[in-house]
Amino acid sequence: MRDVAIIGVGMNKWGEVWESTLRDMFVEAALESIKDAGVDHLDGMYVGSMTPGLFVGQEHIGSMLADYLGMKGLPGTRVESACASGGLALKSAVLEIASGHSDIILAGGVEKMTDCSGDDATYALATAADQEYEVFHGATFPGLYAMMARRHMHEFGTTREQLAHVAVKNHKNGAKNPKAQYPFEVTLEGVMTSVMVADPMRILDCSPITDGAACVIVADLETAKKYTNNPAVKITGFGHATDNIALHSRDSLTCLEATKLAGERAYKMAGRKPEDIDVCEVHDCFTIAEIMVIEDLGFFEKGKGGTGAESGETHIGGRIPVNTSGGLKSKGHPVGATGIAQAYEITTQLRGEAGDRQVEGAKVGLCQNMGGSGGSTVVHIMEVV
Amino acid sequence: MFPSRPWRENPQRYRLEAQKCEKTGKVFFPPRLVAPGTLDASTLKPYNLPEDGEVYTFTVIEVPPSQFKDEAPYTVGIIELSDGTKITCQIADCEPDDIKIGMKVKIEFRRVQTHGEHGVLSYGFKAVPAIPGVTTV
Repeated sequence: MRDVAIIGVGMNKWGEVWESTLRDMFVEAALESIKDAGVDHLDGMYVGSMTPGLFVGQEHIGSMLADYLGMKGLPGTRVESACASGGLALKSAVLEIASGHSDIILAGGVEKMTDCSGDDATYALATAADQEYEVFHGATFPGLYAMMARRHMHEFGTTREQLAHVAVKNHKNGAKNPKAQYPFEVTLEGVMTSVMVADPMRILDCSPITDGAACVIVADLETAKKYTNNPAVKITGFGHATDNIALHSRDSLTCLEATKLAGERAYKMAGRKPEDIDVCEVHDCFTIAEIMVIEDLGFFEKGKGGTGAESGETHIGGRIPVNTSGGLKSKGHPVGATGIAQAYEITTQLRGEAGDRQVEGAKVGLCQNMGGSGGSTVVHIMEVV
Repeated sequence: MFPSRPWRENPQRYRLEAQKCEKTGKVFFPPRLVAPGTLDASTLKPYNLPEDGEVYTFTVIEVPPSQFKDEAPYTVGIIELSDGTKITCQIADCEPDDIKIGMKVKIEFRRVQTHGEHGVLSYGFKAVPAIPGVTTV
C-alpha cells in the first residue's frame, strides 16, 4: 500500500443556506479544496450523502456533482452509511490511492436538509434506525440516544450536568470557528433548561439540522510533493466497523461496539495508542454520544466519559482536546458532510492553521464518524509529515 | 403504506413470534434467516417470546414524528423480557414520571399508530405495568 495524505481542504459556511442548492454547496467546497491543494485535475471522487433522495428528491448525485464541478466523465461515486457517509467516502478515497489505481481523489460530503419540513427531515433521519422495530413504535433519533443516556446514567452515575458540559464545551470551541452554523457560546443553565425533546435529551443536547458540504483532496505522497507546499497530513490508519442498527439487539447500550472495533483497527494500522492522540473530532450528534465515544476510543475508562468536559480534560489545552471545531453540536450536522468536515478540522489543526482554536503542537489527530445510533463507524488517524 | 409491508410483520407484531437457535439457544427477534456467526440457515426454529419482563431503559418523546403527533408526549422503552430478549415498544397505562428502570411490565396487543391521510391503523405490542396501577419496582 502506498502512503496517502490529505493535501487540500474546503468547506462552505454551514447553516440554513437557503440561497444555495445541494450542487452549489458541493462545488463551492470542492473548488476551495482543489485550490488549497494546488492540483490541476482529479482522477475520481467519492461523495458521502445520507439521503439526498429524501431531503431534496435527488439521487444519482455522483454523476450530477461531477458534471456541475465541470468534470463530466470523472468517475464519481456516492457513498452511504447514514451519518457516517462522509467518513466512508474518505476511506474509499484512501483505498483507491493506496492501491495505486489513482493518484488524486476528491473525498467529499454534502447534505441539503432545510429544503423540507421538520417532519420530513425527522422522517429522513429516522431511516437510519430500524424502521419496522424501532421507528414503527414511535422512536426518534433523540429518543434512541436518550435511552442510551438513561442507561449510562443508571449504570455509571453519569449526571445531567455532565451531559450539558459537553454542549457548553463544544459551543465554546465553535464560537471560534467562522464556518460553524451556531458560532456562539451557551451556558450550563441554558442547556439544562432548554426545551425537552426526548427525556433526558433537551434541544441543546442535540446537533442541529444543517445545510453544508466539505471536501478534502487525497493523494499519494509522491504526487503531493509535485503540487503543494502545504504540510502533507498523512492518513496512517483507518478502521471501519458495523453493529446492529437496532438498539434492542445489542448486548450493551452503554458501549458503542462499532466505535470500539473501528478504533482498535485504526490504532493497530497506525501503530498508535489512545495516549498518542493530540486532538480529535468525534461524532457528538447528541451530548451522550461524545461521552460514550471518548470511552470506546480509549481516552477515558468506561463509565468515566462524563468527566471529560466537566473537568476540562477534553477542552482545548486539556489532556485530549475533543471537537475543537465545535463538533456536530455547534458547527452543524449536514449528515453526509460531517465525516469530511472532521477531516477538514484535523488537517487544519495538524497544519497549525486553526487560529484561536489551535491545539499547540498537535502532531497526531483522530476522526470518528458514526452512523445512526452507532450501527456504523469509521475512524481515521492522521499525522503531519 | 403498501399493505404487504405491515402484513408481513403480523406474526411478530401480533403474536411475538421469534426464533431460537438449536445450537446456541440464543433467541432472535425479529426473525432472521441465519443465526449470527453460523452461516447455517437450518438452526433457527420458531419460538414464542414470553409476555412478561421489566423496563431496561426508556425515554419520553416530546417531539414526535408526524404519525404520532396526537399522542405526544408518549413513552418509548426497551423491555428486557423474562428470557433475556430485548424489544423496543411504547410503555402505556402509566404516567411517564412513575416509570423506572426495573419496573415490572407485561406485553399487550394494542393499536400502535395511524398511517397517512386515510388513517390506516397498525397494531402491535405495548408494555403496561404488570399489576395495573402499580409502577413501583
